[in-house]
Amino acid sequence: MPATETLEEAKRVMQICNSCRYCEGYCAVFPAMTKRLLFGDGDVTYLANLCHGCQGCFYACQYAPPHEFAVNVPKTFAELRAETYRDYAWPGVFKGLLEGNAKWVALITVVLTALLGIGTLMVQGVDKVTAVHTGAGAFYEVIPHNVIVYLASAPFALAIIAFIIGALKFWRDIGAKPAELFSPSAVWQALKDVGQMKYMAGGGHGCNYPNDNYSMGRRYAHQFTMWGFMLCFAATSVATLYHYAFGWEAPYDYLSIPVVLGTLGGIGIVIGPIGLLVIKKNADPEPRDTKRTGMDLAFLWMLILTGVTGLALLVLRETSLMGPLLIIHLGIVLALFVTFPYGKMAHAVYRMASLIRFAHERKPS
Amino acid sequence: MSAALTARRMGASVLMIESANKDLRGGNSRHVRNIRYTHKAATDYVTGGYEADEYMADLMRVTDGNTNEELARFMIDASEDAVDWMLEQGIKFQPPLSGTLGLARTNAFFLGGGKAMMNSYFKACEKLGIDIVFEAEVETMEVADGRFEAAMVRHGGELHRVEARTVVLASGGFEANIEWLKEGWGEIADNFLVRGSPMNTGKVLRSMLDNGAKPIGAVDQCHAVAIDGRAPKFDGGIATRVDCVIFSVVVNKLGKRFYDEGEDIWPKRYAIWGRLVAKQPDQVAYAIIDQKSVGLFMPTVYSAIKADTLADLADQLGVDAAEMEKTIAEYNAAVQPGDFNPTEPDGCTTVGLEPAKTNWARKIDTPPYYGYPVKMGITFTYLGVEVNKSAQVIMNDDKPATNIWAAGEIMAGNILGQGYAGGTGMAIGTVFGRIAGEEAARHARN
Ligand SMILES: Cc1cc2nc3c(=O)[nH]c(=O)nc-3n(C[C@H](O)[C@H](O)[C@H](O)COP(=O)(O)OP(=O)(O)OC[C@H]3O[C@@H](n4cnc5c(N)ncnc54)[C@H](O)[C@@H]3O)c2cc1C
Repeated sequence: MPATETLEEAKRVMQICNSCRYCEGYCAVFPAMTKRLLFGDGDVTYLANLCHGCQGCFYACQYAPPHEFAVNVPKTFAELRAETYRDYAWPGVFKGLLEGNAKWVALITVVLTALLGIGTLMVQGVDKVTAVHTGAGAFYEVIPHNVIVYLASAPFALAIIAFIIGALKFWRDIGAKPAELFSPSAVWQALKDVGQMKYMAGGGHGCNYPNDNYSMGRRYAHQFTMWGFMLCFAATSVATLYHYAFGWEAPYDYLSIPVVLGTLGGIGIVIGPIGLLVIKKNADPEPRDTKRTGMDLAFLWMLILTGVTGLALLVLRETSLMGPLLIIHLGIVLALFVTFPYGKMAHAVYRMASLIRFAHERKPS
Repeated sequence: MSAALTARRMGASVLMIESANKDLRGGNSRHVRNIRYTHKAATDYVTGGYEADEYMADLMRVTDGNTNEELARFMIDASEDAVDWMLEQGIKFQPPLSGTLGLARTNAFFLGGGKAMMNSYFKACEKLGIDIVFEAEVETMEVADGRFEAAMVRHGGELHRVEARTVVLASGGFEANIEWLKEGWGEIADNFLVRGSPMNTGKVLRSMLDNGAKPIGAVDQCHAVAIDGRAPKFDGGIATRVDCVIFSVVVNKLGKRFYDEGEDIWPKRYAIWGRLVAKQPDQVAYAIIDQKSVGLFMPTVYSAIKADTLADLADQLGVDAAEMEKTIAEYNAAVQPGDFNPTEPDGCTTVGLEPAKTNWARKIDTPPYYGYPVKMGITFTYLGVEVNKSAQVIMNDDKPATNIWAAGEIMAGNILGQGYAGGTGMAIGTVFGRIAGEEAARHARN
């Protein structure tokens, strides 16, 4: 559970909001709030993770500072969310990675990439790493296929396990029933909400950015990021299928399905995060959790680096730079996966869980 | 706003003088939720039609006929395109949702409420090149023979004389001016809470009346409701309302009841309780409920004061405990059995009690007990300047002023002699603001 002061502030603010309710048109948070009279720890944790940070309610708030009620829902909830990611991180010994997150992510990335580089050089020798390789299996001349598979899938699998455990604890603490997590209609509704990033549209006009102005910029940038990530994931899945089901080895043709998906995805995870970085830079700091911007920045930069190195690998795969690029790309992807449960990626898990919960609540009973 | 934007669109150069700073800009309008307007059918924002005749009938009912019928009818007809016009200015509305207080058919609700609306208005002003000076307060108006010459404006610690060819007065009522309220209410006004802006001190209105503008409305007429006694003196806004009265027993400081708490559903009685409370000792009363009623009404911004016994609750509230226990015992004894129904008048009543509680009467007997202190919260005053259909200010000789128009609270008394129907304030401001802006711009051009 997040810190007591953060929870208490969220409860204080929700009690004020619940007696006003002017913001009910903005997003899911307020209709969900309306269903409650009293706010327990689990309630505010749930509401905080339902919040997409569109900030509409902040600029609309007659009780925002300097009013003595000092209501700042997006900031309060952003702080609570960050504490959710920290306190539901599994295993608990890694919680510390969520404080000063950028520093840790950078360190892990550098160390993993360096280790991978040193290991490859030691096993394969400089000549092999810097030679030009072409044709089927070219990448595996530098790093064998099995090694790539183990290196990437182990942290990915661990991340999934860590997230499942975190999500189940979260689900219990917000007071939802275990069975509800597996209700197809609620999950489908939540997937639709995520697919469209419905609540980043605020009340239908977008987030408030850079001030009280309504703008779809943040939603679009997030869509590029999210769908870019999905496409990269799809590309990898198709490639895995090619490899094991058909025995076709990478690299694939420029117009093959994995490469097209990967290219589009790579572009998405570069321009989406760049957009989000620009938005973060210009945005009003007041309705945000400025203490933990580092976590957001780290995640965005990791996605950009993943995309850029992946695209560079594609373009330069028939040159002598392929080997070094492969090492760097793989190192970054490894670090991305390793840090998934201990960084901003966690938002996707608790947001999804909260949206499933909301889908249940909003069903007429 | 509506006047400034309309005038600017007609090519006039417009200076807006706002006494508030940027954070508090927009007066009472930043506290509003909705606008009541004439419409033929359901739209994205309302659930059904609300024709001019029905609007007029509602207005006649709430004001008890105390209105300028011709002007009211005109306002109601003109309100028909108010929402479309606001949309054109960039204002956003929300679909009718759960929290629309039974007004989902008649009123359109601003997305995010009044402050979001004002943000959009200010944005539109910036775009059109309307000059706005914040922290500039009009102290007095220079008017000669019904003709506006200049306004004396305090800004940056200095007094400036601001001349203009025409002027539109939209400076609200005088609800934040306790001294002026005392003229109508006496010393008890010290204990009133002001729900809206502390800026609406009525300086412009006072100066206009001093300069021979014809007053309309009584000095003690206003919209006032019962709000939580712990609310801030100013700007408490909507959240401080207390909606539990119909389920409660309301006592004064002496522990005595003074009015039928269950007269009608709460929205209809909302507005009379401000005045009722204002007549009690120290202008405060206490709504008492027991555990059974928890959750039946809108949540409150301040938690109820809670106790296991009525005596303890009375002590915490500062009410005469023995008297309150006696009052509630007598009330409990008078409660008749019935089918309690929180959503409509249920006929659950007391017998032989003075005053009776005629609906939702249930025994207060299940601890813990809860109490809310309530005070009178004044929304806005009705004493203002008389206007004609062109929103032109009428002078004491019954002739319209040459170049002075008025819109909003400062002339709301023309429509609202007494009483109120939710959303009328915005309708009055928007309709007359647009007309005032148009007329003032036309006059300035000639
Ligand atoms: C809590 C609350 C809720 C409300 N809800 C609704 C609702 O839902 N629907 C509805 O229709 N009505 C509602 N009302 C009523 C509504 O607010 C008013 O009818 C309406 O806002 C009046 O608009 P106005 O422009 O006349 O005054 P205001 O919006 O108050 O504007 C007056 C402006 O003049 C400025 N000013 C005052 N004196 C001076 C001076 N001497 N010099 C320079 N500037 C000055 C003020 O700073 C302010 O900006 C509500 C009121 C309150 C308090």
